[in-house]
Amino acid sequence: MPAKLNSIVTDPLSENNPITVQMLGICSALAVTAQLPTAITMSIAVTLVLTSSNLIISVLRNVIPPKIRMIVEMVVIASLVITVDQFLKAFAFEISKQLSVFVGLIITNCIVMGRAEAFAMQNPPKASVLDGLGNGLGYSAVLIIVAFIRELIGAGSLAGVQVLPDSYPGNGLMVIAPGAFIVIGLLIWLQRTLTKKYEEA
Amino acid sequence: MGHLIEIFVRAIFVENMILAYFLGMCSFLALSKKVDTAFGLGLAVVFVLGITCPLNNIIYNLLLKDSALAKGVDLSFLNFLCFIAVIASTVQLVEMLLDRFVPALYNSLGIFLPLITVNCSILGGSLFMVERDYTVSESAAFGFGSGVGFFLAIVALAGIRSKLRYSNIPPGLRGLGITFILTGLMALGFQCFSSVSLQVP
Repeated sequence: MPAKLNSIVTDPLSENNPITVQMLGICSALAVTAQLPTAITMSIAVTLVLTSSNLIISVLRNVIPPKIRMIVEMVVIASLVITVDQFLKAFAFEISKQLSVFVGLIITNCIVMGRAEAFAMQNPPKASVLDGLGNGLGYSAVLIIVAFIRELIGAGSLAGVQVLPDSYPGNGLMVIAPGAFIVIGLLIWLQRTLTKKYEEA
Repeated sequence: MGHLIEIFVRAIFVENMILAYFLGMCSFLALSKKVDTAFGLGLAVVFVLGITCPLNNIIYNLLLKDSALAKGVDLSFLNFLCFIAVIASTVQLVEMLLDRFVPALYNSLGIFLPLITVNCSILGGSLFMVERDYTVSESAAFGFGSGVGFFLAIVALAGIRSKLRYSNIPPGLRGLGITFILTGLMALGFQCFSSVSLQVP
């Protein structure tokens, strides 16, 4: 059993990564990755919401009537997101301004809903929490890698600190939206080539 | 009137939901394999965004805003919960209406309608309109324009993807990877619109 629980956490990190393999939660992943600090905040927020929503839904799974389960899941997730949003507004106002609508969009982030539907509805609380944690970490890993590449190449800095020499002109492509798509595309290419798991096109 | 047209055109080209804000990516990627499914989803999004945006605007301004319901009562922290409830019920309503009156359209949209509830671009539209303080008519123009922008992007991508079937792509890039890079290039193209001046003389 412990081995199985272990794999629940480690699988989503690479082999079954929510973003690059399951294709979930891409929307928010791209928008907040122009700089490291926002990406890290977003990762923490999503991991927290995902873990707690999985826990709550898994505890309630036997009392939720199947017909209205979507609405119940929505309400649970929305309340958690409101908590996170209020918390960020109170303690990290600058970052919450930068994240703007994307904190609210965690509600419709397919990862949260997807894991609640696919895992938490059928599994006991302990496994569900681990599943939430694993997927949250997998999501965070991609976010942080993309933000690292985009900030380094785009502005020559990391988390606001200049690391490349001042003569580095910066690459505008990485800062604007298309850069995010291209970086993720290349990242997926790298991952698929390493794991040798190809999609049939 | 010119002002409304400006918002409408901006929402389609400059502030395209997908290509500039990354909203609604999940369904955008998953359902853009064929042109006709993309067409169906695009239509449904135009429909729902055009309805929910002004509706949420009315609800926000009459009930949730600071001192709107009663003096000194600020319910704006409930906005996520209310918006998502409005969206879910609108989708349900639209589904029932279409089923009753336009069965042909209902059958072609079928599975996409319920999916729209968790499409980030719908909730995103409502959140953006709150952030930018739009009036009811402005938010209607914005919602409708964003929907059309989504429609345009998904149909265009589906067209390109159906052509891709005949090209020789490296195995690791097949499927998701190449789609991301394509979207990136499309977004790059749409960036050109941002320099277009929309001022009505």
